[in-house]
Amino acid sequence: MIVDLGDLGFEQGAHILLQRALGPLRPGDEVGVAGLDPALAMHVEVWCRAKGHHTRRADDNDEGVRVWVTRGRADLDRWMHAERAGGPSPLRIVDAPPAHWGLAARGALVEPGGPPIAADLASRELVWADLAPTLYANAAASQWDPATAIAWDATVDLAPEIERAVVQVMTFLVENEQAALVVPARLLARIHPHFREVLQLLAVQAADEARHVEVFTRRALLTGGEMGTSSVSGRESLATLLREPDFSMASFLLSVLGEGSFLNLLTFIDRNAPDPVTRQVARMARQDEARHVAFGVAHLQHQGNLDRTLLGRLRGAIEQRHETLISSAGLNQDVFDALVVLAAGEWTPAGIRRGYAAVQDLQAEMDEGRQHRLVRLGFPHDEAAELSALHTRNFM
Amino acid sequence: MTLLMGAVAYDPKVVTIWGGFRSWLNDNGLPFDFVLYSQYERQAEDLAEGRIDAAWNSPLAWIRSRRLAEARGRTLTPLVMRDTDRDLTSLIVVRADSPFKDVADLKGETVAVGAVDSPQATLLPLSYLASRDVPVNVRRFDVGVGLHGDHIGGERDAARALIAGSVAAACMIDSNHLLFGKEGTLPAGSTRIIGQTAPFDHCNMTLGETVSDTTRADFAELLLSMSYTDPKVRPLFDLEGLTRWEPGRTSGYPALERAVDETGFYDAAGAVTAADYRP
Repeated sequence: MIVDLGDLGFEQGAHILLQRALGPLRPGDEVGVAGLDPALAMHVEVWCRAKGHHTRRADDNDEGVRVWVTRGRADLDRWMHAERAGGPSPLRIVDAPPAHWGLAARGALVEPGGPPIAADLASRELVWADLAPTLYANAAASQWDPATAIAWDATVDLAPEIERAVVQVMTFLVENEQAALVVPARLLARIHPHFREVLQLLAVQAADEARHVEVFTRRALLTGGEMGTSSVSGRESLATLLREPDFSMASFLLSVLGEGSFLNLLTFIDRNAPDPVTRQVARMARQDEARHVAFGVAHLQHQGNLDRTLLGRLRGAIEQRHETLISSAGLNQDVFDALVVLAAGEWTPAGIRRGYAAVQDLQAEMDEGRQHRLVRLGFPHDEAAELSALHTRNFM
Repeated sequence: MTLLMGAVAYDPKVVTIWGGFRSWLNDNGLPFDFVLYSQYERQAEDLAEGRIDAAWNSPLAWIRSRRLAEARGRTLTPLVMRDTDRDLTSLIVVRADSPFKDVADLKGETVAVGAVDSPQATLLPLSYLASRDVPVNVRRFDVGVGLHGDHIGGERDAARALIAGSVAAACMIDSNHLLFGKEGTLPAGSTRIIGQTAPFDHCNMTLGETVSDTTRADFAELLLSMSYTDPKVRPLFDLEGLTRWEPGRTSGYPALERAVDETGFYDAAGAVTAADYRP
């Protein structure tokens, strides 16, 4: 066999043609290299030496061949024990991907060896949910641009006290959304990339929260004032979410209970918003939060089918968080009052009565929603009611 | 007894390479450790004196440590070498558009070489020119002196001088001609090769007499068994630039022995006699 390189030199990529010719051969087989580059024979020798192939210079009567190459086996040896990292489809993920697959694409042919990835969440049963690929596709298709999705130039001209209430609620939302950004981002970095769709979903979730932080901040500052208050109790409550190391427990506390309660809160703001911008930011954020809750529930349903102890552990997580926060004041009073004023929409006794009742209704709706989701996870009704009552008064 | 090897730290990767080999050898039952030197001369002296058991030697360090040891009545052995250490050549390279057709045309011209102690970019090609009775003006690029040419900088500077037109020819090892072509230091088609030395050998693992026959045999057997299929070995081989170890041999060093004698680089007993060599 002869490969003719024409006038192509080895400093211009000629090795690719030689490599292609050697590829299908068996070690020990020989191929002749012809070509016009003056340095060709020497460069073939240099390249072959480094790649473990042998060479011999051709005789003058070898009909254009400058050097003969005997195929070595270093390239074959490199891939001898290589394996496929599962398959590209979610149907072909493996239960426990090895750490040395690391960042390899799922389904890639992986050279053995290399640095193990520091992903401690590396088993299918710990992180997977069959719904993840669909939820990711849906999430990716539902991304919106904060600059254009909100009519920022709509008229916002509220009484100063009402505006202050809106700003306080927005300040509270930003603080909570920052927790909701950090939690999935931290978990994401701990999950084996083999479970790609879960990483993608968490990445979009973090990106969702990044947008929420932006739009709530922008609404708070829309009329030129300052941000509202941040209480110790609110930050205490959120800190317990950041400290939860278990993926399922973190997903449960944040997505199912916290963001679940936020669905009601955002609906409340949408319904009672005194201005169109406030209504819109709440509505856009709510769409995203609904997906986060759906993934959390799907993940835990998947877990529950595999692990009979799950419900007990979920119960333990709620109780532990409750114990931690028992001496904490709960919801920032400024936030509670701001929600009342926001729903009142006016500075009159009748308005405040109406607003107060609306916030009480909100709390009841949140409780109902939590109970409903706990029942979906498999808790009996009475236990769901008991556990829902232990949820943080800070909503998230 | 732990076998103690010397290696020269010409690049940070040396720590990764020998640290990896150390772990592999120890895991496979051979107590092995290494010390690092900043240049080859002290390593050659320590090996000849028996202060270390083995040395990963440049060809020039092999020659010096062998001469030093033999002057003391000791024998050193080249145990193994990389497959890529065998049958290298050095080149005399000119610009493609220059009038030089043959090395004889370089008589009286200025030729760029690498560092004073580079076998491949200085000692061997200058000896090659001398053997063809071609006296030249030498412009030396002393980068990494004491590293015996392991540092590529001098060779690259010589190649740059050639392209800049400040010298008539430059000397380099064959593999660097390809490397400089690929990286653009020597643009494709910009040079011609008008001289090539006979094949010579490069580094070897030199063993002293402090090593027992059993350890020597174990060490050789283990190194020769290292396989490119082994995921622990392969990254180390890739870094060190080999696909397998080959048995050591001395047949590839006579040309460098000659060059050392011609230039008076070392004397017969291994003393450094090159006047302007400051490792």
